[in-house]
Amino acid sequence: MSFLALERLRKVYADGTEAVKGIDLTCGAGEFVVLLGPSGCGKTTTLRMIAGLEEVTGGVISVAGEEITGLPPGARDIGFVFQFYALYPHMKVRENIAFPLETIGVSKGELKRRVDDVVTRLGLGALSGFYPQQLSGGDQQRVALARAMIRRPQLYLMDEPLGTLDADLRLEMRELIRTQQLETGVTTIYVTHDQEEAMSLADRVVVMEGGEIRQNGPAGEVYDWPADLFVAHFIGSPGMNFVEGEVADGCFRAGELELTLPYPVRPGETTLGVRPEFVHAAGERVLGGEVVMDEYMGSCRIVHLETACGRLVMRGGAEGALAAGGRIELNFDLKHLRFFDPQTGKGL
Amino acid sequence: METFLHLRDIAKSFGPIEALRGIDLDLERDELLVVLGPTGAGKTTLLRIIAGLEEPDRGSVEMEGVDVTSRSPADRDVAFVFQNFSLYPDWTVRRNMEFPLRAPGRDLEEREIDERVEWAASLLRIEALLDRPSANLSGGEMQRVAIGRAIVRRPRFFLMDEPLTNLDAKLRESLRVELAVLRRELGIPLIYVTHDQAEALSMGDRIAVLSEGRILQIGSPEEVYRKPVSPVVARQLGQPSINLLEVKNVDGRWVVGDGIELMATEPGFPGEMLLGVRPEDISSEGGSEPGKIRVVEDTGPNWILLVDWAGSEIHLAAGKERNYSPGDEIFPQIDPERAVLWERDGN
Repeated sequence: MSFLALERLRKVYADGTEAVKGIDLTCGAGEFVVLLGPSGCGKTTTLRMIAGLEEVTGGVISVAGEEITGLPPGARDIGFVFQFYALYPHMKVRENIAFPLETIGVSKGELKRRVDDVVTRLGLGALSGFYPQQLSGGDQQRVALARAMIRRPQLYLMDEPLGTLDADLRLEMRELIRTQQLETGVTTIYVTHDQEEAMSLADRVVVMEGGEIRQNGPAGEVYDWPADLFVAHFIGSPGMNFVEGEVADGCFRAGELELTLPYPVRPGETTLGVRPEFVHAAGERVLGGEVVMDEYMGSCRIVHLETACGRLVMRGGAEGALAAGGRIELNFDLKHLRFFDPQTGKGL
Repeated sequence: METFLHLRDIAKSFGPIEALRGIDLDLERDELLVVLGPTGAGKTTLLRIIAGLEEPDRGSVEMEGVDVTSRSPADRDVAFVFQNFSLYPDWTVRRNMEFPLRAPGRDLEEREIDERVEWAASLLRIEALLDRPSANLSGGEMQRVAIGRAIVRRPRFFLMDEPLTNLDAKLRESLRVELAVLRRELGIPLIYVTHDQAEALSMGDRIAVLSEGRILQIGSPEEVYRKPVSPVVARQLGQPSINLLEVKNVDGRWVVGDGIELMATEPGFPGEMLLGVRPEDISSEGGSEPGKIRVVEDTGPNWILLVDWAGSEIHLAAGKERNYSPGDEIFPQIDPERAVLWERDGN
């Protein structure tokens, strides 16, 4: 059942730039959908059109079966959280949180109950009496989140809400957003350029680039079966390795590298894709490499290698540092190889 | 290893705020030292004192055995790269990069200037951009140019203050490697300030963890990650954060929650401690006490599970060989070899 539906949604700015090129997207009730892409991909414009903050050039937006394309933002029953907290500086934390309810006029008792509830859930009790400028950035963003959550709108829209926070705080807030969303079950559209954030939050990741949707699916599916070279590189930290070569007689060949295909692929020029965790420094040698840099990441190592097939990245166990300049033998995990058409970039 | 820079007992206050409270730090001649800390830890003040942009209230800065505490930045021959690229937008990339070489008193020949700019441009792979106006560059290109401008001078050392923070996550990932490789090739010492734990682990020969104006620990990334001296340090590194559990000594075993035995205690520890264990050091099976999965995150190479267990919420990292769903029951098992113990009231 689709709850939010975008049909052929399009945005052309006055200078002729086509920021969003007629996209179709549906979200089920209670789903957490992340629009992911680099700056300029059209994700924020899409979100702003759903919010009613940006005029739509073409297409239809509907929520729960009713078209809202032309409605003003205030008539859309949407809760926003932006990167910048936009709290009212003259109101204390508690007043900031209560404000959206006061404007719609709920009873005193109801107001108190709901504010108490959200203050407790977000751990803001001790901060209730402070003004926003007395709080750290993280606490301000927590208050902004509380203010958005005090209502149960039909839809939450979040535009890089964690963008300005320190890394450790980002993680904590990320989890808070996810658990709150699971509890309230409000359909959420979340915009970010950070693929890690997208993977961890989303029921479904929508990868955008150049005003178009490149792929739309659960995080694991997008990671395992990227639709094209762009998605394969963009998703993953670091992204997929690529090797240019040729498919013939059930094999992929690129110079000395020769690999048996794990599934049938049409013959001809082909780009091989392999995730860093499926490149190993053990097993039967398929390629030699020289270590350029060994990044210790705590729970793993990311090793950058120069090979006859270009730069490759390997993810391995945290033990055993490899010295720069050292030579190692590489093996690929055959069943996780992916193949792309080098002309169109599409997965094969 | 030879010491290049030696800081002794550096303190600095701004009005009532003590930004730095006695910093001792050595930088080796061929080292990339990362200063890691959250916003407000004193990182930028420390960097400004090393650069000579700020004088400390107390303590000294020695470079190659010479006290430079009250010397000007120019005397110290340091090159900076900041978070904000600060290029002249109307100038071409080439002119921006030449700028430090044309400073009064340098008197370099034109040929020398060209050679140095082209050398730096080729190292950073920005040769094709040299004659473009800086305003037309992407963020990543601008930051490469800013780094280029810092290296053309071949300074005695580099200071970098969150140089990658304003860039997209994807770009940060590749530039951190380029930067560390470049520094190694140049062999010039670098102090690199960041709040990003991945950058610190990946780039640092050593990491200095700074908090509230004090250095809490200095060591190799592995030392600081595996043997953090306190929970505060432990939480600075690792994603998701280390799990912290209160444990009690009951009949020679460390016990968590309502009597879940973890491992044998060793003599000499008090009765109550705090146990730290990283998500990758808890396996999802083999334990005796059931836990209930609340959230399953797919990171790509593995799962991160948020689990209600032993009266706490814990994170654990699990391999992709099997699938997990919220609500599933698992039996977490802590690897005692990889857990860390601290006194409860200790920092």
